Amino acid sequence: MTSEVADSVEVAEIAPAADPGFLQRYGGTIEYILIPGAALAAALGVFGVFVALFGKNPLDLYFYMYQGAFGSWFSWQNTLTRTAPLILTALCTALPAQLGMVIIGGEGALLIGALSATGAALLMQSAPPFVVQLAMVCAGMIGGGLWIMLAGGLRQYRGVNETISSLLLVYIALAVLNHLVEGVMRDPASLNKPSTREIGAANMIGSIPGTDVHWGLVFGLVAAVASYILIYHTVFGFAARVAGGNVRAARIVGLNVGKLILTICFLAGAFAGLAGMVEVAAVQGRTNANLAAGYGFTGILVAFLARQNPLAIIPVAILLGGISASGGLLQRRLGLPDASVLVLQGIIFVAVLASDALYGRIGFLKGKS
Amino acid sequence: MADGTIGLWTVPLAVFGGAIRVSTPFLFVSLGECITERSGRINLGLEGTLVMGAMSAYGISYLSGSPWLGVLAAGITGALLGALHAGICSLPRVNDVAVGIALMLFGTGLAFYLGKPLIEPTAPRLPAIDFGWWSDVSQVRSALRINVLFLIGVALAPILYWAFRTTRWGLLIRTAGESSDAARAMGHSVFAIRLRATMVGGFLAGIGGSFLSLFYPGSWNEGLSSGQGITAVALVIFARWDPMLCLWASLAFGGAAALGPALQSVGVTSGYHLFNAAPYILTLAIMIITCSPKRTLTGAPAELSITR
Repeated sequence: MTSEVADSVEVAEIAPAADPGFLQRYGGTIEYILIPGAALAAALGVFGVFVALFGKNPLDLYFYMYQGAFGSWFSWQNTLTRTAPLILTALCTALPAQLGMVIIGGEGALLIGALSATGAALLMQSAPPFVVQLAMVCAGMIGGGLWIMLAGGLRQYRGVNETISSLLLVYIALAVLNHLVEGVMRDPASLNKPSTREIGAANMIGSIPGTDVHWGLVFGLVAAVASYILIYHTVFGFAARVAGGNVRAARIVGLNVGKLILTICFLAGAFAGLAGMVEVAAVQGRTNANLAAGYGFTGILVAFLARQNPLAIIPVAILLGGISASGGLLQRRLGLPDASVLVLQGIIFVAVLASDALYGRIGFLKGKS
Repeated sequence: MADGTIGLWTVPLAVFGGAIRVSTPFLFVSLGECITERSGRINLGLEGTLVMGAMSAYGISYLSGSPWLGVLAAGITGALLGALHAGICSLPRVNDVAVGIALMLFGTGLAFYLGKPLIEPTAPRLPAIDFGWWSDVSQVRSALRINVLFLIGVALAPILYWAFRTTRWGLLIRTAGESSDAARAMGHSVFAIRLRATMVGGFLAGIGGSFLSLFYPGSWNEGLSSGQGITAVALVIFARWDPMLCLWASLAFGGAAALGPALQSVGVTSGYHLFNAAPYILTLAIMIITCSPKRTLTGAPAELSITR
């Protein structure tokens, strides 16, 4: 056995052009799927034990989670509706991560995006729906983009830690939203729940034909694929990854790191802002405090679970969307509190981060190049 | 004056009283985080620890009838979360900032889950010491109703300041924070030092949470903490990892946070939400003023991932 391994290493050294074997070629990919998958399974196991402590049957739990997330066409539609904002807010963390920045303020950009989009729609009530929708997309993306660009700019030009500043901006965004929704933008008819005026049924972006899933899902898919191409198949993305790997090297080869940071942060915030626009234009129809539903925070988890890869974000967002979709069923059938989804998300997050220690340590994958 | 009307003086007085009341959680979390960060680790999860502390303090106080037992429970819960953070961060290639974010979500989620049955019942609160007995003015009396935890926190700041400088324990923490190699060369386990520092940090943050649920605002609900934990972590950075500066900064923050309610009490209601966001805006403003891209912050522990 030992000699065999030694031989294969030798062959690889002598003839690197020879077929390196399945594990060597795909070992890295297998690792990237296997380890987060194992972490996810472990987290589900821990959560099963947790609910068992409260006298619930873990098998019931898994059954209802599957039922609520992927068990029927109805559940699938519910899941996919939640997937859209998760893809977009996950990109808000994943794009700056290419530059080595940890941005966790997607929730703030979502709120500002929703507010800007609503503002644009309310100002343009007489325009044709298509124009209004386009204006909402632009306003939402610009609003959210500038919000995260602020965090990026502060990091680049003032050395302010972007993780903390972006999180502080979430609370500031929430205050701005509440201030406007209860002030100048308030619909006088909304008594118990202060809200803005409705953007109007004609201006809603509607559902994908044949489903109840709104068009926001398509926005999310396009954004994720475009981000993947941008990061892995363009010079700009390559420059960003160089700067993320080593800022000094990037400066030496003449990259404008400040411009990279501002552009990437704007794009990241723009996607989260788009998530806010989608929530307004496809779900809520208006802006109020309901929008702070935590999509921005779940998006952070999605990005980390997908290892900041824009394409991997899509399946992970579907999975996490499914978990949050199953929350209602868990509440009704098992009597679990609605926060159980948050607990599970927290356990998954911790397990996934702890599993980072496993890379390069799995015995049968050691042969990978 | 005898009838208790003091007109516009209500606002500065309420800000002063608020500075004392509202600053206590900031103070405990920032002192705790100060210890953790001095050992070379950053724990962003103290927001979750704060909420867990608030929930467990309220629960234990309700079940046992003793609020002080609740405070202890909050501290122990915080220390356990701290141990979890330290344990995961000690694994190779694990990023402490990310683990902090994860524990922030986990802590708040777990607190909401376990705290569901605690929203209705009323638990015994912590007593306050009445320093305003000499005054007839009700606002003065309420501003000077001071909780013992605040006094403990105020005393803790100079003690920590002294301990960091002169005790063996303080030197060990600082060594681990400045150079883990040096600590290792001296024959000390960096893991053990950071584990203890993070657990003590979590213990203090948990106690800060118990103040929220057992004294001010003095009830348990899911909106209890909105970012106080993370604000306190940011506060440590511009307090330059100095416990005494943490104390002054916490007081300033308490005052800023009390501005909204104080103005509301005299009838200024417009911009209520913006005034409530004052601590966050203040944090951001101070970070913008005091940080610089050119140099690392003076006093920053060299091992800290967030400043490297």
